[in-house]
Amino acid sequence: MTDAYGVVSRPVRLDYTFTAGKALSRFLTIIEGGKIIGQRCPKCAKVYVPARGSCPTCGVATAEAVEVKDRGIVTTFCIVNIPFPGMAVKPPFAAASVLLDGADIAIFHLLQEVPVENVRMGLRVEAVWKPASEMEMSMESIAYFKPTGEPDAPYDSYKDLL
Amino acid sequence: MRDVAVVGFAQTAYARSELELNETEMLMPVIHQALERGGIPQKEIGFTVSGSCDYLAGQPFAFVMALDAVGAWPPIRESHVEMDGAWALYEAWVRLQCGDIDSALVYAFGKSSLGDIRDVLTLQLDPYYTQPLWPDSVSMAALQARATLDAGKATEREMAEIAARSRRDARANAAAQVTGDFNADALLAERYISSPLRKHDCPPISDGAAAIVLAAGDLAQRVSKRPAWITGIDHRVEAHGLGMRDLTASASTRIAGERAGVGEGKVDVAELHAPFTHQEIILREALGLDDDVRVNPSGGALAANAVMVAGLTRIGEAAQRIIDGDANRVVAHATSGPCLQQNLVCVMEGRS
Repeated sequence: MTDAYGVVSRPVRLDYTFTAGKALSRFLTIIEGGKIIGQRCPKCAKVYVPARGSCPTCGVATAEAVEVKDRGIVTTFCIVNIPFPGMAVKPPFAAASVLLDGADIAIFHLLQEVPVENVRMGLRVEAVWKPASEMEMSMESIAYFKPTGEPDAPYDSYKDLL
Repeated sequence: MRDVAVVGFAQTAYARSELELNETEMLMPVIHQALERGGIPQKEIGFTVSGSCDYLAGQPFAFVMALDAVGAWPPIRESHVEMDGAWALYEAWVRLQCGDIDSALVYAFGKSSLGDIRDVLTLQLDPYYTQPLWPDSVSMAALQARATLDAGKATEREMAEIAARSRRDARANAAAQVTGDFNADALLAERYISSPLRKHDCPPISDGAAAIVLAAGDLAQRVSKRPAWITGIDHRVEAHGLGMRDLTASASTRIAGERAGVGEGKVDVAELHAPFTHQEIILREALGLDDDVRVNPSGGALAANAVMVAGLTRIGEAAQRIIDGDANRVVAHATSGPCLQQNLVCVMEGRS
């Protein structure tokens, strides 16, 4: 009787088109050229990178484009020790929230050229861009961030932006 | 029951494919416009609730990103239903009955263009017996239309006339996507796309968003010259097995209509969420609407059918007739699921 039972696999696949929107499209177009652009909220003046067209705090549209630096502060980080499929870098490595100079929100990226035990909050880092031929409309245009060698940023300078 | 009214409504102009704006960018102007029309600043709104479906964008928790359009700081009271925005409005109405807050913002958004909407809608079916057969939304509606024709409750000509009337009326609706002066004879000469449905019997595929502001009691009187008071609202659902239902009738709409009090007065306008022409005939019967009731002056879902939005839009369009002074008593209906599985009925009245 048990022979009558079996397992049926019914894979479901749906394909989608992603609409980045006006603000993010602009960010993606510009990052391909090696620059990082955000948007400033007309009410609270915070600069969002990458901007998605609105200030989530104020609920208003953001229109003013603001270029930010490709260097900033590690506000927080984690050390990845466990490998997972498709991993681009061999563990251990550090993934960090980087608050770019001029921005009010951190982006998430990879840290390299620094031993993981030396990664710390407040570390000053800069972007290492991919060669021009490999630049694309993606955050991947930045290969990783590395320490600049500048003195660490004081905690008070970024404590509200964690 | 506490008196609650629609005081503000706004919607996008619907499009086959909104490629330029993301959901948040599409939604934000609509929310701002509804709040402005409702006369209640965003920071004074007591409760915010949205209706949308993550399967449309193919992204889990897509609705959370839409909150960027709301300004949820300092923290707000907020909720979401994975349903048409009409059910979000129902939740807001229930929440306002608690009596501690006086206003609510309800919004809905949906881009049907991002995936294959026919396939996406198939995933709402029972996953064991129906979904593996992969029936698409138009084919299921065609089964219902065939049953309705065979029962002698509709004719293909009546269906074509509903399509022609809806799209003719839609010419006066700036938000409508499919409008025009169509002739029933010409429409009937076209081929079937899923017999007995022709193209004109089916809704367009639409991207868009809508928002409604609700206010209770004194606040509604203060912010609106002529609020659209909700005198009854109810929703009912039927079995998910298509074979377990009489597809030629809508028992859930009938019960919801009775509970909402549709028959307790003259109905001036009814906005019925009937994505397929034959469904208008089924809904008219279920709600007991007289022939003189004006149905879907906006063009209805045959003029624009943003999934998750079109039901809330019916409530907004019907309410707007009252707010504008064009009607005194209106009925709005929203549907969800295949072949009118779940239905919501909302009756609204003007009092001044």
